[in-house]
Amino acid sequence: MDRTDSILETLRMIEEEKLDIRTVTMGISLLDCADQDGERARRKIYDKIVRHAARLVEVADGIQAELGIPIVNKRLSVTPIALVAGASGDADHVAFARTLDAAAAAVGVNFIGGFSALVSKGATPGERTLIDSIPEALATTETVCASVDVGSTRAGINMDAVARMGEVVRETADLTADRHGFGCAKLVVFANAVSDNPFMAGAFHGVEEPDVEVHVGISGPGVVKRALEGVRSAPLDVVAETVKKAAFKITRAGQLVGRLAAQRLGVPFGIVDLSLAPTAEVGDSVARILEEMGVERIGGHGTTAALAVLNDAVKKGGLMACSHVGGLSGSFIPVSEDIGMIEAVQLGAISLDKLEAMTAICSVGLDMVAVPGDTPAPILAAMIADEAAIGVMNSKTTAVRVIPAVGLGVGETLEFGGLLGRAPVLPVNRFGGTAFVSRGGRVPAPVHSFKN
Amino acid sequence: MRAIMTVTSLDHVGIFAAVTTKLAELGVNILDVSQTLMDEYFTAIFLVDLGGSERSIQEVREAVREVEQRERLSIQLQSEEIFKAMHTI
Repeated sequence: MDRTDSILETLRMIEEEKLDIRTVTMGISLLDCADQDGERARRKIYDKIVRHAARLVEVADGIQAELGIPIVNKRLSVTPIALVAGASGDADHVAFARTLDAAAAAVGVNFIGGFSALVSKGATPGERTLIDSIPEALATTETVCASVDVGSTRAGINMDAVARMGEVVRETADLTADRHGFGCAKLVVFANAVSDNPFMAGAFHGVEEPDVEVHVGISGPGVVKRALEGVRSAPLDVVAETVKKAAFKITRAGQLVGRLAAQRLGVPFGIVDLSLAPTAEVGDSVARILEEMGVERIGGHGTTAALAVLNDAVKKGGLMACSHVGGLSGSFIPVSEDIGMIEAVQLGAISLDKLEAMTAICSVGLDMVAVPGDTPAPILAAMIADEAAIGVMNSKTTAVRVIPAVGLGVGETLEFGGLLGRAPVLPVNRFGGTAFVSRGGRVPAPVHSFKN
Repeated sequence: MRAIMTVTSLDHVGIFAAVTTKLAELGVNILDVSQTLMDEYFTAIFLVDLGGSERSIQEVREAVREVEQRERLSIQLQSEEIFKAMHTI
């Protein structure tokens, strides 16, 4: 067999370089569950989720056994709940979150995304109710993830929503103070949110999507790092080519898993998300890729440029390997979930400012960042505004998942455990520009958004 | 279904015999074999057809576990699809 080397390479990727499929996520539309009676709406939601997702875990586990590649997470995304719950006129939407939590537990998935509102231009009463319900919803459920879209390139930035989300992050941290603000790990504030994202906590199933579909999120930073070890001291165009080839192979595995999952579940295959998703395990780090490229420590000068080379090459390699690309499709740089990022924070190599700069390149900006537990809401809002501005002005998705680590200060470490890892608390700039954020109103859409 | 079975272990007498005997018992047809010795590690790759066996790939995997333990081998059994997907355009 002349394929011996290819076979051994794949085995090495899985066993030594931790190649896995990070998530198979089923998107389910709940638009047809809206009802004037909240109780009836929740019953319809539960029934529809359980009906469609009953076999998701079993099918994914079967594919894992057959292909010999781990499928780490099985997840659900649903229509932004504000659109469904709004019809009920309920005074709060916490009961809807509990229903999602119960449905997720019934089908055995570890997260369900879509406790969401899209308010980039303005909010309906239902959307305001949902946003107000986020802190309690996240404090009283396990698997539910919330997200709010506060800006878009076409609409500009809804600064009232930005200011409110600063408060919501703060309230969520305080309501989950017994776990140092853990609830905020399940809350993402977006600009230019995408409707087919399979990754948590920011997944939701957009209104333009079909009734039910499955998406795949790939991973594999270890594979890219190992490939680059073979081209040390080569120029950067060789680096880019090497990343492309590794990304192609990783993505092909994702495409195959998605195709099989869709076939066996009898639903359309949505997209493959080409993000390189790290975990806190050794050998599964995006930071280490940049360091292999020659950046002394992630966060040091050269980091943004190296990230640009990596991100672009991953996309170019992945695009040809699958039928539809979607989701966030950029490198993830979650501080707590990447051993190289954690070390960089401890060494003082990376700051909030550098993370913000890196957002100009990759999709998710301040991700799983712990800040001092007493950081006030206006400063959190100003951080959100900065990230949203990068997204809106550069026609890309940006996101903030920041955790005010209640009870902890700079130098201490917030332990999440499991996939969420641990986050050393980063200092924030105390000159927070609070008056700017509290002006409210809307930041107008940028001139280059008018393309019609 | 066609699958790839990869067997690795410290080299010793009888690895091939043990594995192929078990596959024959299970009704699994061997289509192709390649083997190499990497350092002191024996590595054999079998292309097998599970079509003649009544067992699923998971059941075959379970059934070879006994040989794996007795002969101190490491055995991977995976659908051929994953290799085709990752290494061909």
